[in-house]
Amino acid sequence: MDRIPILKMGDFLLVTIQVDLYDQLAETLESDLVQMVKKYNSKGVLIDISAVSIIDSFMGRILGNISMMSKIMDAETVVVGMQPAVAITLVELGLPLKGIHCALNVERGMELLRSKITQDIQEDEEDDSYSE
Amino acid sequence: MKNEAVKVIKAKKKYILEQWFQNQLENDGLREDLITNEDQRIQSEELLNSLTASISDNNFDNFQSRDFEKVEEILSGIAIARARRGFSPRETGAYVFSLKTALLKTLSEEISDPKVLYTESMRINSLLDNFSIITFETFIKGREDVILRQTDEITEISTPVIKVWDGILALPIIGTLDSSRTQVVMENLLQEIVETGSSIAILDISGVPAIDTLVAQHLIKTVSATRLMGAECIISGIRPEIAQTVVHLGIDLSEIVTKATLASALKMAFGMIELEVRKKATPKVL
Repeated sequence: MDRIPILKMGDFLLVTIQVDLYDQLAETLESDLVQMVKKYNSKGVLIDISAVSIIDSFMGRILGNISMMSKIMDAETVVVGMQPAVAITLVELGLPLKGIHCALNVERGMELLRSKITQDIQEDEEDDSYSE
Repeated sequence: MKNEAVKVIKAKKKYILEQWFQNQLENDGLREDLITNEDQRIQSEELLNSLTASISDNNFDNFQSRDFEKVEEILSGIAIARARRGFSPRETGAYVFSLKTALLKTLSEEISDPKVLYTESMRINSLLDNFSIITFETFIKGREDVILRQTDEITEISTPVIKVWDGILALPIIGTLDSSRTQVVMENLLQEIVETGSSIAILDISGVPAIDTLVAQHLIKTVSATRLMGAECIISGIRPEIAQTVVHLGIDLSEIVTKATLASALKMAFGMIELEVRKKATPKVL
């Protein structure tokens, strides 16, 4: 069975989707991804969809689910490289993917993830200093 | 039976051309600001030449004959050229009709028998009328092409995407936003974001005359699409009347960053990409 590879890069997980997703593949990706977050204790997930030309409402929901699941496992999700046509279609479908962070390309996405994680760490430190 | 009119036309070609040109001069059909006399003469001569060459006893009554294809082609060419140069329909019409006058005049001089003259004139009439119709059809088509091209240009230039700084795009919207226009705006903006790698887009709506729920919906869509591309979108140019309408209509713009002026939006954008605008420190002159 086809699987979408999930790469580990330090604290982050990198997923590049190179094929058009069908439902089964997307569900497998969802469960694989949460397993990997658990296994490596990742702090961020970066999903590159620059090669995806079709995203339907189901795929939109899967992306939302992944983001939500990672969030409660303390990992940020960033979706990068969405094509203009895909963005327009999603908005027209009424799926503005509210809970998901987006970035223009992988580079920007990485920057965004790093800044989010340093923010979290700072906040944690501030919390610690209060408790002392 | 040899056709009289055809014979006359072929024999008196030069005379007809002179007559025709004379008619055009009298008719104000000549617009020297749009076409030179010399050019018009060449055009007329070419048309008449091809007419005399293709006209014959067999096709004289049948203007749908394939022999006239060449003439029709030249006529269409002239009509389209005139439409593009801005000739009025009256001037274009007068051009073809003055040929008819010249032909009829020549016929009346050459043919003495009134009965023959009448039948030949009628035939010339119907042939030339057909040519006028072709001229008008192509003239109008030429004008329509011009209008279509202009419409396309207006849609294209009415939604310019301006790069105001590295990573900052501005998009002034002027005129009413409808669905088709929103589509164009959105496509242009998203394309430009990808091309320039910008992270902030400023949507300036100071040129939008009124906002209703539909327009607001379109704006929200554009902002959401920009966000999906990984860029932030700021809406600027909210005039007091627009602010009032938005609140009265109960439109929720709280999730969108809005600013009153383009300047304040730009300032905020600078802040977001950690840039600072400062006055240049000039050394004091003692």
